[in-house]
Amino acid sequence: MSASVQAPPAAAAKSNYLNADYGWKSWLFTTDHKRIAILYLVSITIMFMFGGFFASMIRLELVTPQGDLLSSDTYNKFFTMHGIVMVFFFLIPSVPATLGNFLIPMMVGARDLAFPRINLLSWYLYIAGALLALGAVIAGGVDTGWTFYTPYSSTYSNTYVMTAVAGIFIAGFSSILTGLNFIVTVHKMRAPGMTWTRLPLFVWSHYATSLIQVLGTPVVAITLALVGLERAFRVGIFDPALGGDPILFQHMFWFYSHPAVYIMILPGMAVISEIVACFSKKRVFGYYFVAGSSLGIAIIGFLVWGHHLFVTGLSMYASMMFSLLSFAVAVPSAIKVFNWTATMFRGSISYATPMLYVFGFIGLFTIGGLTGLFVATLGVDIHVTDTYFVIAHFHYVMVGGMVMAYLGGLHFWWPKITGRMYPEGWAKLSAGVIFLGFNLTFFPQFILGYAGMPRRYHAYAPEFQVLNVLSSAGASILAIGYLMPLIYFMWSLKYGPKAPKNPWGAKGLEWDVCDSPPTTFNFDKTPVVTEEAYAYAKEEEEHVIG
Amino acid sequence: MQQGISFFPDAASANAPEVDHLYYFLIGVSVVMTVLIFAAVAIFAIKYRRKSEDEIPKPIEGSLKLEITWSILPFLVMLVMFGWGAKIFYDAYTPPKDAYLIYAVGKQWMWKIQYPEGQREINELHVPTGRPVRIRVASEDVIHSFFIPAFRVKHDVVPGHYDDVWFTATKPGRYHIFCAEYCGTEHSGMIGWVTVMTPNDFQNWLTSGGAEGSMAAQGEKLFQQLGCSTCHLSDEQGRCPILRGVYGSQVLLDDGKTVLADDAYIRESILNPNAKIVAGFSKDVMPTFQGQVTEENLLQLIEYVKSLAVGRTNQPPVQQFGGKGSAPAGKAPAGKTQ
Repeated sequence: MSASVQAPPAAAAKSNYLNADYGWKSWLFTTDHKRIAILYLVSITIMFMFGGFFASMIRLELVTPQGDLLSSDTYNKFFTMHGIVMVFFFLIPSVPATLGNFLIPMMVGARDLAFPRINLLSWYLYIAGALLALGAVIAGGVDTGWTFYTPYSSTYSNTYVMTAVAGIFIAGFSSILTGLNFIVTVHKMRAPGMTWTRLPLFVWSHYATSLIQVLGTPVVAITLALVGLERAFRVGIFDPALGGDPILFQHMFWFYSHPAVYIMILPGMAVISEIVACFSKKRVFGYYFVAGSSLGIAIIGFLVWGHHLFVTGLSMYASMMFSLLSFAVAVPSAIKVFNWTATMFRGSISYATPMLYVFGFIGLFTIGGLTGLFVATLGVDIHVTDTYFVIAHFHYVMVGGMVMAYLGGLHFWWPKITGRMYPEGWAKLSAGVIFLGFNLTFFPQFILGYAGMPRRYHAYAPEFQVLNVLSSAGASILAIGYLMPLIYFMWSLKYGPKAPKNPWGAKGLEWDVCDSPPTTFNFDKTPVVTEEAYAYAKEEEEHVIG
Repeated sequence: MQQGISFFPDAASANAPEVDHLYYFLIGVSVVMTVLIFAAVAIFAIKYRRKSEDEIPKPIEGSLKLEITWSILPFLVMLVMFGWGAKIFYDAYTPPKDAYLIYAVGKQWMWKIQYPEGQREINELHVPTGRPVRIRVASEDVIHSFFIPAFRVKHDVVPGHYDDVWFTATKPGRYHIFCAEYCGTEHSGMIGWVTVMTPNDFQNWLTSGGAEGSMAAQGEKLFQQLGCSTCHLSDEQGRCPILRGVYGSQVLLDDGKTVLADDAYIRESILNPNAKIVAGFSKDVMPTFQGQVTEENLLQLIEYVKSLAVGRTNQPPVQQFGGKGSAPAGKAPAGKTQ
């Protein structure tokens, strides 16, 4: 969208948020949303490498049916830490805390988030939580699975459950505060003319995410606190030997953790909407439906947790309601996929790396979403729940969907964030390697799951070996695919060509008005918005300055 | 029994083909949808590729008709999935009345199986073809999950709960029993085999082997060892309800509610006697047996209490118990000892 601003003062070497200040204090005590986004980017990348290490060890162990590489206890700790690190310390903060943090103030035309110091506090809470979780690993590990099912977690496990739970508890507040910050920013900080229906879909999706973060995260915090209470003081809540009910834990845990998967995927959808519009040079088809479906997912997402409990003895009719509602939540996701596809219709499509990630996302998310219907179907879920089918479904949505979107977004906004271009050839190659590696890793797991291989198995029946070897082979390709961007992104910081203000010809205040990289306060003068989001067509006539 | 490479599980129960048919339907729908979307993306990406740098396509606002169509049509297909899946689920929840009952206790990290006739096995289950079999699952410690892929059945085994898994085996052979809910160190070693036999073979197997008497007989032995019989069979002082004829009846409690005397009720009364007090009796008379009896013992005791109900009168048992207990309330030495 174009905006009316004063022509920037013709200062020669204009300062930006990266060179405005130097020294470690200027980073660790910053309240600039862009610098905090960078702090998050570095932290979650480190966490991703930890999570990836655990995943690699899991896949290496599973090359042979016997449990020969790791001991059972070590294997159990590794899949637990893989889950905890990837879910709570990578996926949940991934897009919102980095790209969301960086872009939302610019997209709504604000100088910063509503509460810059709370934003910094969020990062410190995240770091405190991450250090505790990693501390649990160094101390000896946790072996409960990232789901902490009781009474195993509260009574039977002899590992560092309390430390890990405390880490997640603290990181939860980081998530709540980030959500709160976004909600207030979207409500109160929009620039003149930036009406709700002119908001980029990126902002709409993050707004929906923030609602879930604020409403859902306290529940998991309470639940984990209760596990700690039962573990430390033998207060009977979940352990039947103490008069508790272990299924109560599952209700409370999934009341947050199912909406949490929407915390993880909605920001990915946010990224896809922006990229597909830019590389089709066209406004997103059905803007209102894409925006509304984000809210629909957030709301219905709170009503489907019971589908994790279909084989626990949940009442038959409750199961049927949860099944029906789970199908209902698939509709808004389908609407998004259809609208993104329709956006390309009669567009002007170019194949820069971010767009390749969009193609990858649409394909993998479609498979992830459709296999979601399998697990929502009661009669089939009895067979596939707790097998590799569920693992494959989850990873198609989370890795095939969310991580693809995250990488797409990083490539798309990399010039804006760093002021440098990444090497396009390497980027295209790595996108292809990741797509291939991903499918080879996870597609065989659908077949494994239906064939009956349960999840969280250290050793497995020999007839499952072929598919496991394929999956492990895919994982090694995937690992190479992920290492490539890590390397060329760092390379580009020094050697990448300087990025122009708007290398993609994209619409949006962050491209139209802000520099690459932006100045500390983003805008020299408060922008005034005069047009819809994604007004590619009216570019010429709308270029009004004044 | 599976050998070599497995890409698809054996189908060895009456239920398995039904689940597979629904699975094929889901795959069919998924393939159609995936092909449609992939094709649309590929065609648009090629056909509308950027031809010149300053090309600006005409904007398209959207289409209400399309939005409604692609919301409602998929949802209608999903309703078919829902109904079909719910039907199979309903069947899984409603075992036939005459199903043959076998007990399975999950314990870190093994399956302990008992038959009403008295046979006991570890990690081995024998079932006949052509007859509905109901497995009552219980857990000694954490949550397990009883999963037989070849039968397409699974149920979590939750401590403190009794749940049923039922199936009708159709194909003789040996199939995996897996624990599907992570339960600690040797979770992946908590596996067993189900052997499906012809009814004749099964009968022979059941009557061979040296069983220590039926489950009810084993329960009776325990009933005496634990001292239950002194009060619950004939009680001169009238401190406790007599258990003859109780199982399966409605029991009136001291708070005016009634409860069905089923397995869960009897289990609870043994482990937590104060949870439900029969009308006319006092709290804290009976000590808890938590920690003294295993889940297997509990199942044996329940089988015994069940056997006491055979030939019971149809009178509500509350009337048989009648008078007030003579022991002063709350003075019993045992009680909440946990």
